[in-house]
Amino acid sequence: MAEDRPNAASDPETEAAFKRELIGLIPHLRAFARTLAGDPAAADDLAQDAMMKAWDARASYQMGTNMKAWTFMILRNQFYSEKRRSWRQSQLDQEAAERTLVAVDDPSAPVALDELRQGLGMLPAEQREALILVGAGGFAYEEAAEICGCAVGTVKSRVSRARRALQAILEEGSYDRDGASASEAMNSILADAERLSSVR
Amino acid sequence: MPDERDAGKMIEQRQTARPKADTNLDEARLRQQAIGVKLRQMFDEVVNEPVPDEFLDILRRADSKSGQG
Repeated sequence: MAEDRPNAASDPETEAAFKRELIGLIPHLRAFARTLAGDPAAADDLAQDAMMKAWDARASYQMGTNMKAWTFMILRNQFYSEKRRSWRQSQLDQEAAERTLVAVDDPSAPVALDELRQGLGMLPAEQREALILVGAGGFAYEEAAEICGCAVGTVKSRVSRARRALQAILEEGSYDRDGASASEAMNSILADAERLSSVR
Repeated sequence: MPDERDAGKMIEQRQTARPKADTNLDEARLRQQAIGVKLRQMFDEVVNEPVPDEFLDILRRADSKSGQG
């Protein structure tokens, strides 16, 4: 089945096509890395490492299969293996959550986005990741399951729990920011979404 | 186990309670949609950033290395 597809290193032409596709994926790898690593510089390091790992592993990539999902899986594995190397899991989840919380240093960032990031930072890592892959990255549940190395049903339940939890955080004020209540957070997100859709 | 009469009553109750439930459902859906829009916006903001030159430099260096080897 897979044998009739050339791998990405089989000839110079295929390799060039692989490289073009990889370059096209860099912006997406950066965005995914940002959601994992929080700090933009650390995220770019992660995205670069993942890009190079993908390049080095091109002989194991079957052309015509889902390269975006493949590179996201590499990036994710890279992130978690680095994490395991230097920290204990629980410490890091906390750390990553905190970094995501404070990663908003742009004072001109729209308020609703700022609040969304903070809300995301409060979700358990595996819920946040599932929601981002499906809700922002545009992956199907099946693809997200492949990236995370878990069952499709697990991804579905993580996404739905993440959605509920995020909405609850934004509505019910499990956090506050400059004294603003969280229902204001939800309101600003609603208003913003409305504005965006009316602009379109 | 509810008998048929109870089941009938339940359906009746559900029907009378429906408009409110629908409104809540619509509201919940609206909120989820709004969150979805913002999530994509957050992600796309980074996607739309220009890629730092470093990325292509690294790839170019790796490429020339593998071309020689």
